[in-house]
Amino acid sequence: MRSNPEASWGLKLAALGGLLFLHVPILIIFLYTLTPDETTYTFPLPGITFKWFGVAWQREDLWRALTLSFQVAAVATVAALILGTLAAAAVYRSNFFGREAISFLLILPIALPGIVTGIALRTAIGGFDIPFSFWTIVIGHATFCVVVVYNNVLARFRRMQGSQIEASMDLGANSIQTFRYVILPNIATALLAGGMLAFALSFDEVIVTTFTAGQQSTLPIWIFSQLVRPRDRPVTNVVAMFVMLITFVPIFLAQRLSAQNSDTEGETK
Amino acid sequence: MSNPPAPAIRFDQVSRHFGDVKAVDLVNLEVRDGEFFSMLGPSGSGKTTCLRMIAGFDRPTSGQIFLYGQDVSDLPPYERDVNTVFQDYALFPHMNVADNVAYGLMVKKVNKSERMRRAEEMLELTRLAGFGKRKPSQLSGGQRQRVALARALINHPKVLLLDEPLGALDLKLRQQMQVELKSIQQRVGITFIFVTHDQEEALTMSDRIAVFNEGKICQVGAPAEIYERPASPFVAGFVGTSNLIGGEVAKRLTGSDTMFSIRPEKIHLGKVESQPEADMVSVEGVVRDVVYLGLFTRYLVETEGGNDLVVVEQNLKTTSMDVLSVKGQKVRLLWHRDHMNPVGG
Repeated sequence: MRSNPEASWGLKLAALGGLLFLHVPILIIFLYTLTPDETTYTFPLPGITFKWFGVAWQREDLWRALTLSFQVAAVATVAALILGTLAAAAVYRSNFFGREAISFLLILPIALPGIVTGIALRTAIGGFDIPFSFWTIVIGHATFCVVVVYNNVLARFRRMQGSQIEASMDLGANSIQTFRYVILPNIATALLAGGMLAFALSFDEVIVTTFTAGQQSTLPIWIFSQLVRPRDRPVTNVVAMFVMLITFVPIFLAQRLSAQNSDTEGETK
Repeated sequence: MSNPPAPAIRFDQVSRHFGDVKAVDLVNLEVRDGEFFSMLGPSGSGKTTCLRMIAGFDRPTSGQIFLYGQDVSDLPPYERDVNTVFQDYALFPHMNVADNVAYGLMVKKVNKSERMRRAEEMLELTRLAGFGKRKPSQLSGGQRQRVALARALINHPKVLLLDEPLGALDLKLRQQMQVELKSIQQRVGITFIFVTHDQEEALTMSDRIAVFNEGKICQVGAPAEIYERPASPFVAGFVGTSNLIGGEVAKRLTGSDTMFSIRPEKIHLGKVESQPEADMVSVEGVVRDVVYLGLFTRYLVETEGGNDLVVVEQNLKTTSMDVLSVKGQKVRLLWHRDHMNPVGG
């Protein structure tokens, strides 16, 4: 936060307005988890009930979607960590023809509208006659998860003193030891931040998933289908609230980690 | 021939080209066992590339490099018995000082108590005892320098490479470290190869110096030899200040128009009517500029032949008033024949 002693009243009002605009709708969702009314949003609430939490707990389809989302996010994040780190290392360490172009192409998926990525993937997957499955969802998510890891790790590499790697080799460490003792501790927090962001992105992704999933639904898709054919509408609100709380944690931590300077803590031996 | 010990480092026709740029061009070089050897030259002269090839960070385009007789040209850095002190120190920021110093032992799987004991020894050698628990970010520039030195010495390398290690320090600290480096080298008895562009540093510390220019070695020799008998106009100009005299004036003084060099402190500034002694030569000139520097005064004298010569005289009896009054006057410059050094070119 700024240490400016006084911001003008106008600025304060604008900031407050912005925050309210962003967060009031979310609070409304929280509020309507408590309504006893099944199908409509009436205000003020006709009463207060906690029964929807119980109903949500017992819905089989909800649990399936939640598990699938977790699995997809976990696998996509691991893939992104490996591929993103390798790509960042390649772009940082070597100077090959078309390096800038490759860097641009790596970042592109996050800028492209999801619907374009989705259609492109669907066409490609269909063209190769690959059945839609868990793995096609993972591939779809990995396209943008790789980007956040790549960006975080590349930024860290650029801040790292390049001669550290030479010093390590000079002192007798082979490539694997150099990676383990010097490179990994240097990029550890970048990996953690990038990984958590990737997980959160994957966990609430809708558009690309609708094009790459088969019959399965991830949690966001499940919520989406609930809006079209409402059944126990407040259950959706309960789920939405939990998704928000669950994604809040990694995003919050990722931001804290990225904000820290390069003073990384190494493993204590 | 008897069997002398193999040279610590031998370059056999070593070249390193980057595209069309010949960073190092057909260099032959021998560094003797146990000596303090400096590679001196302006930036881009190839000295750092030579150092990087000895360390293994760079491979020669052609030619071979021998470490105590063994061909190491194609070995990776971690298989050479050579360690480096980097210009930017390259300490590991996530490790404390002791772990930094012990790194070379850790990757060789030496057990922890042994490596901590030896790290402490090294820290004592570099006068950093008790600093083991600190992080590099909590140290001053001079202290980081010592950590880098301790870390590079812990494996007892056959050759220690130092890449302009004093460049980032201020003058006073630099002079102190020069003395200390030299004494550490004598204590550990390891061959040091020191890269620098600072001629004073090279003259102060080295047993021998190689002067680099444009990818080639111009001259190799002891500091006094390099200073007193520069082999080329480049060496004469790069190491210390030199007056280069050629053409008509040279012909009149030496009988040949081969260029020669004469150091400013070897020239005596005399009255225009003074006569040279038997083994001296002289030229007339006009003092164009006088710079009073306290300990000595630097004069710029334009000679009859059109050369501008720099003359340095100590202010043993003169004051600033005396020396400044010389400006614009006609003088006679005298020096011993012996101090003239033919440089060719």
